[in-house]
Amino acid sequence: MSESTTKLVATPGQTIGPFYGFALPYEKDSQLVHRAHTGSIRLHGVVTDGNGSPIPDSMLEIWQADERGEISRETGSLVRDDHTFTGFGRVAVDNVGHYTFTTVNPGATEQGKAPFISMVVFARGLLNRLFTRIYLPEDTEALANDPLLSSLPEERRKTLIAEREPNGDLRFDIRLQGEGETVFLTYPGI
Amino acid sequence: MSDATAQDEAFDGETFDDSHVLDPAATADSQETINQEITDIHEAYRKGVEAGEAQERQPRIDFAPYRSSLLRHPTKDLHHADPETIELWSPAFGERDVHILESDLTIQHNGEPLGERIVVQGRVLDGDGRPVRNQLVEIWQANAAGRYVHKRDQHPAPIDPNFTGVGRCITGPNGEYKFTTIKPAPYPWKNHHNAWRPAHIHFSLFGTDFTQRMITQMYFPGDPLFPLDPIYQAITDQDARDRLVATYDHSVTSHEWNTGYRWDIVLSGSNRTWMEEGEEH
Ligand SMILES: [Fe+2]
Repeated sequence: MSESTTKLVATPGQTIGPFYGFALPYEKDSQLVHRAHTGSIRLHGVVTDGNGSPIPDSMLEIWQADERGEISRETGSLVRDDHTFTGFGRVAVDNVGHYTFTTVNPGATEQGKAPFISMVVFARGLLNRLFTRIYLPEDTEALANDPLLSSLPEERRKTLIAEREPNGDLRFDIRLQGEGETVFLTYPGI
Repeated sequence: MSDATAQDEAFDGETFDDSHVLDPAATADSQETINQEITDIHEAYRKGVEAGEAQERQPRIDFAPYRSSLLRHPTKDLHHADPETIELWSPAFGERDVHILESDLTIQHNGEPLGERIVVQGRVLDGDGRPVRNQLVEIWQANAAGRYVHKRDQHPAPIDPNFTGVGRCITGPNGEYKFTTIKPAPYPWKNHHNAWRPAHIHFSLFGTDFTQRMITQMYFPGDPLFPLDPIYQAITDQDARDRLVATYDHSVTSHEWNTGYRWDIVLSGSNRTWMEEGEEH
């Protein structure tokens, strides 16, 4: 095992700014699967600020395993063929801060682990991107054993667990600041 | 505030309901006020470093001189997480996603765009110096007059019918990327009275791990607007700020065609177990 010794200092991030709309969104960007795909669900919610007002200029990305917990190595996220599951999606929220992805429920990537979707949040006014996790609500035992969730007090923990709607859709709101502020994550090496 | 500005804002407010001019945090503060706030924060930071506090490497997310950040930053500390399986991988992009010509922003229309033709090139590396190969790099920018092709950009500078300002490429085996484009101009914005952004190109990057995902801005050397810009100055540390400034490189300049800039990008460390150079597990 060759451990590299060159530690480089990371380049700073900056805000996405207001004018990404003509550059980053692309056709079917938020459709990880076609709506007609068996088992497809809608993952949706709103992004709000410290006043509880919707943020209309935020962009979200998700990255997730497929229904069996497999991590896709397929290219083609930018040019969807409606068949290949790449695991990646991007969405610019609408004028009232609402977003919608069409995707599937991710399976657990390891036996007994609580399945979650990784999410990154960008917005005008947000000087650096924020990471979070969207946990599926069903496997309560796995959720109780999850190392991240267990390290959080109850009222913060619940900000990471999506709500299952009666029709099977997932609801996950992102609150950048204030009451019910979403837990945002940092990782080793950041 | 002049009448003309007030009218512009009213117009924007009616027509573009999600325009940044409606942000309740937007103010008519003077540049001097903003400068003083920046100076105070930087001064406190310098004293902290002298007293032994760690150097900062990333922008503050709570940086009041950038007024829009006031209600849009979490007030609780980021929570430490050990990355799990999905977070140790990134989406894969390739030739299927990006056409080779998308890295040349000067050939997307019938005519030549106006302005100074430049090449910007460099490498994408991870925190251990490993090249980030076969990964997506996206850029977007204003044109040579400081105008974006965006319905909400109301800056009264001309749109160039031959320039969109969007580029993409996939990094090479050594993490290299290269874009041919036009040097963007500074542009005004509404953070405070007479606010101008230094010329910049927006960059969007992926690493080998999704936790390395980042968006940033590349600046040009010697821009007189640097000290006045609360977005750039939200990075309190001079060494860290310098990392966003490209270097003029005459070896990237080509005879009678373009001037050249070099800019390397370092992502945060990968948390995967890497066995040998280029082999991932
Ligand atoms: Fe910009």
